[in-house]
Amino acid sequence: MPVLELREITKVFPGVVANDRVSLVLERGEIVALLGENGAGKSTLMNVVYGLLSSDGGQVLVDDKPVKIKSPRQAIDLGIGMVHQHFMLVEPLTVTENIVLGREPGRFGVIDFTTAHKKVQEIATRYGLKVDPDARIMDLSVGMQQRVEILKALYQGARVLILDEPTAVLTPQEAKELFSVVRSLVDEGLSVVFITHKLEEVMSVSDRIIVMRDGRVVGETKPSETDDVGLARMMVGRDVVLSVEKGPSECAAEVLEVTDLHVKDDRGLEAVRGVSFTVCGGEIVALAGVSGNGQSELIEAIVGLRRPVGGRLMLKGVDITHASARVSIEAGVSHIPEDRHRRGLVLEFDLAENLILGDHRMPPYATRGIMHPSAVTATAEKRIADYDIRTPSWHVLASNLSGGNQQKVVVAREIGRNPELLVAAQPTRGLDVGAIEFVHRQILKERESGKAVLLVSLELEEVLSLADRILVIYEGRIVREFTAGEADEETLGYFMTGGGGTKLEDEGRTEHAEMAEGDA
Amino acid sequence: MSESRETLPAHRAWMTVAQKVGTPIASVILAIGIGSVIMWASGYDPVAAFAALFKGSFGGPKQIGDTLLRSTPLILTGLSVAYGFRAGLFNIGAEGQLFMGGLVVAWLGVALTGLPWVVMVPLLVVAAMLAGAAWAFVPAILKARIGAHEVITTMMFTYIGRYIVSWLVVGPLKAPGQIPQTDALPIGSQLPRIQTLFSEATLEALPFLKLGRAHLGIVVAVIAALVVWFILKYTTLGYENRAVGFNPWASETGGISVQWTTVKALCISGALAGLAGAVEVMGVHHRIFDQFSSGFGFTGIAVALLAKNHPLGVIPAAILFGALSAGAGTMQLEAHVPQKIILIIQALVIFLVAAEEIVTWFIKRRQKEALSHVG
Repeated sequence: MPVLELREITKVFPGVVANDRVSLVLERGEIVALLGENGAGKSTLMNVVYGLLSSDGGQVLVDDKPVKIKSPRQAIDLGIGMVHQHFMLVEPLTVTENIVLGREPGRFGVIDFTTAHKKVQEIATRYGLKVDPDARIMDLSVGMQQRVEILKALYQGARVLILDEPTAVLTPQEAKELFSVVRSLVDEGLSVVFITHKLEEVMSVSDRIIVMRDGRVVGETKPSETDDVGLARMMVGRDVVLSVEKGPSECAAEVLEVTDLHVKDDRGLEAVRGVSFTVCGGEIVALAGVSGNGQSELIEAIVGLRRPVGGRLMLKGVDITHASARVSIEAGVSHIPEDRHRRGLVLEFDLAENLILGDHRMPPYATRGIMHPSAVTATAEKRIADYDIRTPSWHVLASNLSGGNQQKVVVAREIGRNPELLVAAQPTRGLDVGAIEFVHRQILKERESGKAVLLVSLELEEVLSLADRILVIYEGRIVREFTAGEADEETLGYFMTGGGGTKLEDEGRTEHAEMAEGDA
Repeated sequence: MSESRETLPAHRAWMTVAQKVGTPIASVILAIGIGSVIMWASGYDPVAAFAALFKGSFGGPKQIGDTLLRSTPLILTGLSVAYGFRAGLFNIGAEGQLFMGGLVVAWLGVALTGLPWVVMVPLLVVAAMLAGAAWAFVPAILKARIGAHEVITTMMFTYIGRYIVSWLVVGPLKAPGQIPQTDALPIGSQLPRIQTLFSEATLEALPFLKLGRAHLGIVVAVIAALVVWFILKYTTLGYENRAVGFNPWASETGGISVQWTTVKALCISGALAGLAGAVEVMGVHHRIFDQFSSGFGFTGIAVALLAKNHPLGVIPAAILFGALSAGAGTMQLEAHVPQKIILIIQALVIFLVAAEEIVTWFIKRRQKEALSHVG
């Protein structure tokens, strides 16, 4: 007997059918992966099940009985729990307080904390979810907070647990731990639905895989019956090239020359400590490093968002060391920022306005301060078509696009500007395979047309597949340089975490060694 | 699916327009409704009251003129606040900038007596705008340089401005006589009443032109609204202003100087408030004194809110507030409802617009209910 069954669920938003007669069966004790591109309708479907959205048709059955779920409260009462991408915890309260919130044990408005404590401990031990019940949420790591969310669902009596892109916010280590927790949950008889667009996760943890595309279920399979390529094809609806093919690079001319650059971070500490490198036209140079080793500050200095405190930046022979972002753009530097919501897009602007941000002062978009809407919209229409941005029109606000399409807008703008140097920071973070492939192809196109590309990525796979040269950055210094094919993930990982400290050359070495000793 | 997607823009455009205009209108209607209940509960006849209110504000050309007279400074202060808001800045100090604009006009208009009208009026207008901008400049620099919050600084500058005027009208600029006020502006420095521009014969033939006290300032205000609308929609200045208002980080990445944009926005906002002071002095009082503004700078905040910061929306919003104040007297006289009740309605409008979420929620719930009936 299935614990949860969906029959022909349909959900229509104005102008878009988000779920088109979707049916799904979840058995007791199994992990079902709901796989699909951004905007395929996975989250919508689960929000219907959890009572956050009302369906426009179809039926939900729990334990073979048809039910109407109108609110999360009802869903919880039926034994359905959901952990969202954005956690819904009260930061200043403790773990226990958060878990029992809404269903506090006790009488006459007095919470019986001893019982609460005991219950939370009990559940935590039973499912192997180690967490300090007295810690405050704000002091916990993201992975721990997620654990609290899961515990909360279990405390509320969930038999079906829905996880919405649970690994999006986790480090690889935390993701591994999450999967082992999920395993122990199903061993105890729970059923889990997890929403994702990451192929490797699906292959490693799920019992069954349901693939959605454009609001419909397009296939169902098992990890044993398929592979990455097959899944990607199902998900995107066509063959996806997961590996990148490219010829050897030739250095046409040095485009970016960074000499002994020193940059301070927001706290006034030196984050970039004497970095020197060059990027040639027709070359992709990748900066590999663990987050927080000075990459962000280095990029911000190059694109004019942060003033270096020492050293020199030259773009095609022009000194841009102290250039503002505006001068930097005009000199030919394009920037795909790390955080597209904060730095890349004005979400309240429509696509046309977003697609010219940075070019908005220049002809043909503006002359002497007066803008020319027809030129703006013409460019918008061209870029929407060229970069396959899925939208009904340029009138749509950027906030209404899916993550992948938003990134395409940024890419379209920055590459469409025809820059000398493209600085791409985490250009594929949070994107699905189809969009990743697209962004990679655009970056390679820039390389082939002789442009210089500086890529910063935490994804080693991306670094290894795209880069002609790889610079490993550690504690604000370039500790190692590799050419394509010379390094593998393990070697990079070793140097990224400071493993190569002793191999440092010149005066940086002694200072570095001292620091290492100091840390120890 | 592709078909349904293609119908989206039209649908969206309609939705946004309806939402933009719908909520403020709904708020006003709701405010009038609640106001009626309050009147009824206090023993007054709301129908008679609103009839009298309408008569006093739109009942004839003279009444319409009175409404326009009161709307004129509100359009300009509404624009001032709205322009700031569009850059993410809350210029709460429009009142002080308005005082500075009025002061400069009251001083220069007398001091430069003798210049021809066509030179004098533009000169005074520009001077008042510069004065308003100057009064916003210090808060603007403080905001851009050290992040001092403009709500505090512009408010403080309002006090400084008002007290400077208070001192000047009893001191250096005091006109002869008992009353603390400046000398009257000569005709050549005034904005004439609209009806004085037409001959007796024309006024007899077209009686709707007998607009009483309404003066040319209304034309200035409407032109200002059109100019601000053009700036926001069709210039890089406006584009950058809006970009910074929505997302300063993305703007910075796009090469826009957030600090410089902030300074420009607050100064333009101040200039518009200064212009409000100018038309009020040149068109109505012809001099400045302590109480020459009945809080136009502050009511401008409400006007901007009701207009949802749209420069053209500011015009009807200001006219609404102008009409409420113009008709209040008639309401008291004919329906015996105390004028203060108008303040309650104004407050309700502001409250409901500010609490737009509530209204939106009501609308959404109705839609949802309608949907569930269909389902």
